[in-house]
Amino acid sequence: MTEEAREETVETPGEDNANTIVSYKNVKKAFGDTVVLNDLNLNVNQGEKVALIGPSGSGKTTIIRMLMTLEQPTEGTIEVDGEMLWHKEVKGEFVPADEKHLRKVRGSIGMVFQQYNLFPHMTIMRNCTEAPVHVLGVDKNEAKARAQEMLDKVGLGDKVDQYPAQLSGGQQQRVAIARSLVMQPKVMLFDEVTAALDPELVGEVLEVLKDIASEGDTTMMIITHEMEFARDVADHVLFLDNGKIAEQGHPRNVLENPQSERLQSFLGRFIETN
Amino acid sequence: MTWDWEFAFEVFPDIISAIGITIGATVAAYFISLTLGLVLTLLRRSSFKPLSLLIAGVIEFIRMTPPLVQLFFVYFAFDMSPFVTGAIVLGVHYATYVSEVYRSGIEAVPSSQWEASKALNFSRAQTWQKVVLPQAIPPVIPMLGNYLIVLFKETPLLSGIYVLEMLAVAQQIGSDTYRFLEPVTIVGFLFLVLSYPSALFIRYLEKRSGKLPGSAEKGVKT
Ligand SMILES: Nc1ncnc2c1ncn2[C@@H]1O[C@H](COP(=O)(O)OP(=O)(O)O)[C@@H](O)[C@H]1O
Ligand SMILES: [Mg+2]
Repeated sequence: MTEEAREETVETPGEDNANTIVSYKNVKKAFGDTVVLNDLNLNVNQGEKVALIGPSGSGKTTIIRMLMTLEQPTEGTIEVDGEMLWHKEVKGEFVPADEKHLRKVRGSIGMVFQQYNLFPHMTIMRNCTEAPVHVLGVDKNEAKARAQEMLDKVGLGDKVDQYPAQLSGGQQQRVAIARSLVMQPKVMLFDEVTAALDPELVGEVLEVLKDIASEGDTTMMIITHEMEFARDVADHVLFLDNGKIAEQGHPRNVLENPQSERLQSFLGRFIETN
Repeated sequence: MTWDWEFAFEVFPDIISAIGITIGATVAAYFISLTLGLVLTLLRRSSFKPLSLLIAGVIEFIRMTPPLVQLFFVYFAFDMSPFVTGAIVLGVHYATYVSEVYRSGIEAVPSSQWEASKALNFSRAQTWQKVVLPQAIPPVIPMLGNYLIVLFKETPLLSGIYVLEMLAVAQQIGSDTYRFLEPVTIVGFLFLVLSYPSALFIRYLEKRSGKLPGSAEKGVKT
């Protein structure tokens, strides 16, 4: 598919439609008195790759942490696959979600963290099979086969018996990606997954992400400071500034033809440093 | 009073024959404190506030009263054998300290491990079982081991409620023969002989702990 064709087939993000898988409605998030997100409205379509960019502290991480149910919105609702995260319907009324409901909705979401967060006491293989076996109830051998497949995909098929401490940062992050992939989430969240890596290890992780993005119908929300990568992979770019979506659209528009001064100066920083 | 070697050798077998009771009480009390300590830690972290406050209060109460008083109280209030009473009271008393050890281990597990577990959709129980406790406990094993020695040294308290452990036997011999020096010294010697190697072993565990699996091969990485 050419860039042009793809652009046309992607339905306008921001509007609720049959393809919507993630939907933030009037979401506000405050920590104590500090409001970090205000009236956020955002729709992500099934299969869409969304890049979130913006200065540090602008609220990017908070947006995806709320989707992973690691933070609770102060106001508003978040829906995944038509289901509210923090509320459930009981006899036509919406009541606060309990742990059971949260686990159900969490099942469609996976997340990869900046600091990898592998389980240090488990081998690479067990890092990747523990959740499929105990959460999804997949048979042990099948889980192993699936984990092996994903580890092969990220180029670490020969590390299965090692422990996280024996791997480089880039390798650990690729394991973390594989660990998330084996759960086959509908939506995958990536929070600056290359930010903690030595510069020479960034490329290997971005390659893996590009692979996943190119083959899958997995919806991806990616926070990144790698602008070139965002342009190559994303269907839609969100520029966050001060807790608001300040600019958004197709990567070519947002990244190459920024409208606001804020975005221009933000992007300018990358041109200088790169 | 001068030391009488002959008398010492004569009473030695009687005293050492009580070592089984001492060790048995230690092991039983230790087992209780290890399990109850973990239960207390988990209950104290309950998100149900009244429960966690209640547990905190109970822990405080148990710690603030002397174990000997607790021994007498339970011994006279309940109809249990001296040994069972002793094991339970010491076990419960030290459970409150052991619980503190578990707590420090649990708090040392980074919150990012909880978050990773949520992202993989583990249940709370699974997160405790597979992620948090396996990382929280190994580093505190030396501290837990220390309480084994502490408990061991506390068992003479049980002589107060007529458990026939080593000190009770020594006192018995003393009051029968009017010679206390040898029997009591022998008791002290036997405690030393058992405690010291255990302490060395714990020091060895301390040196080993804190290493992540696999990090040894890489050498210096800590
Ligand atoms: N747990 C928290 N408690 C208090 N403030 C927080 C917390 N998490 C994030 N914040 C604040 O929210 C704002 C947005 O943070 P974040 O979403 O991490 O931004 P970004 O990922 O874009 O750098 C920042 O000002 C940050 O200090
Ligand atoms: Mg962030």
